[in-house]
Amino acid sequence: MRYLPLTDADRSAMLARIGAASIDDLFVDVPEAARLAGPIAGLPAHASELAVERHMSRLARRNLSAGEAPFFLGCGAYRHHVPASVDHLIQRGEFLTSYTPYQPEIAQGTLQALFEFQTQVARLFGCDVANASMYDGSTACWEAITMARRVTKRDKAILSAGLHPHYVSLAKTMARFTGDRLDAAIPDLTPGAPGDDMARLLAAIDGETSCVVVQNPNILGHVADLSELAARCHEKGALLVAVVTEPVALGAIRSPGEMGADIVVGEGQSIGVGLNFGGPYVGLFACAEKHVRQMPGRLAGVTADADGQRGFVLTLSTREQHIRREKATSNICTNAGLCALAFSVHLTLLGETGLRRLAELNHAGAVAAAERLAQVPGVELVNGAFFNEFTLKLPREARPVVRSLADKGILGGVSLGRLYPGEAALAGGLVVAVTETASAEDVETLAQALEAEIAA
Amino acid sequence: MSMNSEGRVTRPETAAAASQAPATFTGNRALMLEEGLIFERDDYARTGVDLPEPPRVAGRLGGLERNRPIGLPGLTEPEAVRHYTRLSRQNYAIDLGLFPLGSCTMKHNPRLNEKMARLPGFADIHPLAPVDTVQGALAVIDELAHWLVTLTGMHAVAMSPKAGAHGELCGLLAIRSAHDAAGSDRSVILVPESAHGTNPATAAFCGYKVENIPATADGRVDLAALTARLGPDVAGVMITNPNTCGLFERDMKRISDAVHEAGGYVYCDGANFNAIVGRVRPGDLGVDAMHINLHKTFSTPHGGGGPGSGPVVLSEALAPYAPLPFVARQADGGFKLVEEETAGEDHPGSFGRMTAFHGQMGMFTRALTYILSHGADGLRQVSEDAVLNANYVLRSLDDLLEAPFGDSGPCMHEALFSDEGLAQGFTTLDIAKGLIDEGFHPMTMYFPLVVHGAMLIEPTETESKAALDQFIGALRSVAGRARAGDEALKAAPAFAPRRRLDETAAARKPVLVWKDEALPQAAE
Repeated sequence: MRYLPLTDADRSAMLARIGAASIDDLFVDVPEAARLAGPIAGLPAHASELAVERHMSRLARRNLSAGEAPFFLGCGAYRHHVPASVDHLIQRGEFLTSYTPYQPEIAQGTLQALFEFQTQVARLFGCDVANASMYDGSTACWEAITMARRVTKRDKAILSAGLHPHYVSLAKTMARFTGDRLDAAIPDLTPGAPGDDMARLLAAIDGETSCVVVQNPNILGHVADLSELAARCHEKGALLVAVVTEPVALGAIRSPGEMGADIVVGEGQSIGVGLNFGGPYVGLFACAEKHVRQMPGRLAGVTADADGQRGFVLTLSTREQHIRREKATSNICTNAGLCALAFSVHLTLLGETGLRRLAELNHAGAVAAAERLAQVPGVELVNGAFFNEFTLKLPREARPVVRSLADKGILGGVSLGRLYPGEAALAGGLVVAVTETASAEDVETLAQALEAEIAA
Repeated sequence: MSMNSEGRVTRPETAAAASQAPATFTGNRALMLEEGLIFERDDYARTGVDLPEPPRVAGRLGGLERNRPIGLPGLTEPEAVRHYTRLSRQNYAIDLGLFPLGSCTMKHNPRLNEKMARLPGFADIHPLAPVDTVQGALAVIDELAHWLVTLTGMHAVAMSPKAGAHGELCGLLAIRSAHDAAGSDRSVILVPESAHGTNPATAAFCGYKVENIPATADGRVDLAALTARLGPDVAGVMITNPNTCGLFERDMKRISDAVHEAGGYVYCDGANFNAIVGRVRPGDLGVDAMHINLHKTFSTPHGGGGPGSGPVVLSEALAPYAPLPFVARQADGGFKLVEEETAGEDHPGSFGRMTAFHGQMGMFTRALTYILSHGADGLRQVSEDAVLNANYVLRSLDDLLEAPFGDSGPCMHEALFSDEGLAQGFTTLDIAKGLIDEGFHPMTMYFPLVVHGAMLIEPTETESKAALDQFIGALRSVAGRARAGDEALKAAPAFAPRRRLDETAAARKPVLVWKDEALPQAAE
């Protein structure tokens, strides 16, 4: 019990000060029947550091980590190289073991970092303001839908077919309880498709629409111009919510804000945060300045101290749960502070120059891979335009192919059959992500293995 | 009692001298360093990464190429390391000393947890990787789930909620689903006024009407008022136990029985589970759903405000509605993931998905590492020491600071005081800022709302008696000054990186992003 500094002598002295005969006296308010006499049965006792390391390492070895295999998985989580100094800096105890900055005079480090994060996110997304992070992209997406409901006082959201199916699934879960109306569709795998179901979206917007939610690049990797959609939304008094699950793309393509989006949310994992089997990640959330009081989550702002020196505080807390209780803009309490810091440090190391080059590398690698993989007999490339992720249509179901590739030590992509179970039209879809971590040899390995699979 | 009065008095003249010391050319003072914003450095062409020249290919971006600079400054690696290291030094943290924020549970963060979470087998695996390539990760989830269910005496656990408040949402969605399945359209959630602010916000966020239940004079839920309000429109109650006054809800079982009798469910806010882990199982008290803040009870780092993790344990009645995805053990000892595809046969009542992937895997790894280190015996000692430390603080200060529920029985893991007895014009805020000059992070201020000028102190079990004595001495010194009306206290803190910050001005005219006059053109 190496984390507990009290000695038995300390405990006795403290009980004497309290005026209690034993520790049990401090639990007198627990009903007798609910008081446990000793350690709960069936669970092991404490273990040494060495023993715990051995156990955890054994479990870790049962997983095939991305670094051990040619790796091409994306669909909302991306593997990029993170400079060593990012993890070093976020592991500094003053960041790692600090709390929400409730006492700003001794939390300026966290507050300034969050303010810088907000500025970076706002600029990357092309929006006026951003918050200090959310849990992840999927929950940020639902928060954006509820924010659009508050802003427009309407409750019908139209979800694009290219929105991540898990994000759609989450929104459907919540809408069942809140009464929001959702209009969703599934993507079209026709090779050369224009990118998204833009025509459906344009036609569906009406006077009851709170928002249109569109992901760019979308679940198939397509990139699209959102300008016309934004104009139509604004014409009908609706908001355009754009979702970005791969923010590195914004080093190469125009931001959703520039294309007219009112709220831009995203998954920040791909910058600075590892894959982590799905979490912790970092939700990004930005919007137009006029909507800031309807924006959920924490905000760091600039102010001055008693000497007139610049300093930072958490602000606009009158929207938050601890003050407004049932009238709060959301119930969120924790944000993703440490992951936001990792995102911000990585983006600071990249800078404009580095991010653009990283994006170019990703795109060039993906273009080369798409061309190579499309040469595999029977395989068609679905996308016209894409960034670092694209969709192949295989002549057979993609799921067993992915399984079989994994048996050969290749993590070859995400099958749409896994993401859209029961949708026969999508069963042949394989989404392949190519980041700077995939080498040309990795691509060749995948191409040959795919060829063998399809011929088999 | 004398040892508690030995706190060093911060001499006002010293504080004044420090703030009046001559300015330096750099703005820095020895180890106190000023650090500008990255946006003020004019480093828009610089980068701290060395990436290869991209091969020349015809782009396929569909004509969407960026045509304007983003405005992202870059720092080289040494500059970045210095920038963030300098910023870090302007933070108080648990690694530096006691962090007695009530209800926040700031305890020592073992570094073994960090090391284990960074094993590539955990940190470098994709959430959509083929299930047979991630069996170790699923085993971690299963093993942690087993501990959580066993420690709470519950039936099942939903692992995916991303934080405590997200867990509350999960619990309420399960309650709502159970009512829906029974064809009942109950619309009200009862929330005692001592509850965390997230509770009513959560109930409202998933479509419920919220009604408050008052507290009794001894700081507990008013059982009579609660039972009187129960009826066919009440879907459930949300209770925090131990509650936000730091007290155990003695009537918890009677409350649960009454709520069940009336056809409702009991949600327990488990934010304070660290006070009873290993000594009390919430399942024995009739709880139907409770979130567990892994970052509090099982010590994963708070990181300046998250990430958190909020698995929800569920009773047998609510277990069928747990969210997707779900880890299930198979006959051969392997694990499968129950997702949308197989939910129909394996878990047909599920209310669905509430986050994109499987939850906070990185936090699961840390929490399991911590749990295995402590074991069942250690976790019991954790709650005992946390409660002992809090009562020690309570009884070492209650002659000087008003303890509103000091006669309501022992406190659990946190001690509550009010601002009564301070000199005219002196507040809880002044005591908090005075503690900063003493080198401590202050306690939680003005929470819970049921107590005027509340000060909620949670020492946690990882503080030694010596550390507590030093903190108690410092707080006695500051409280003494506030009672005596020492005007210098109003100017505290004098020794922090910043003096008192104007939060009103920040909210009146919010500046939330840095704005340059003109952005330089980015280098191509």
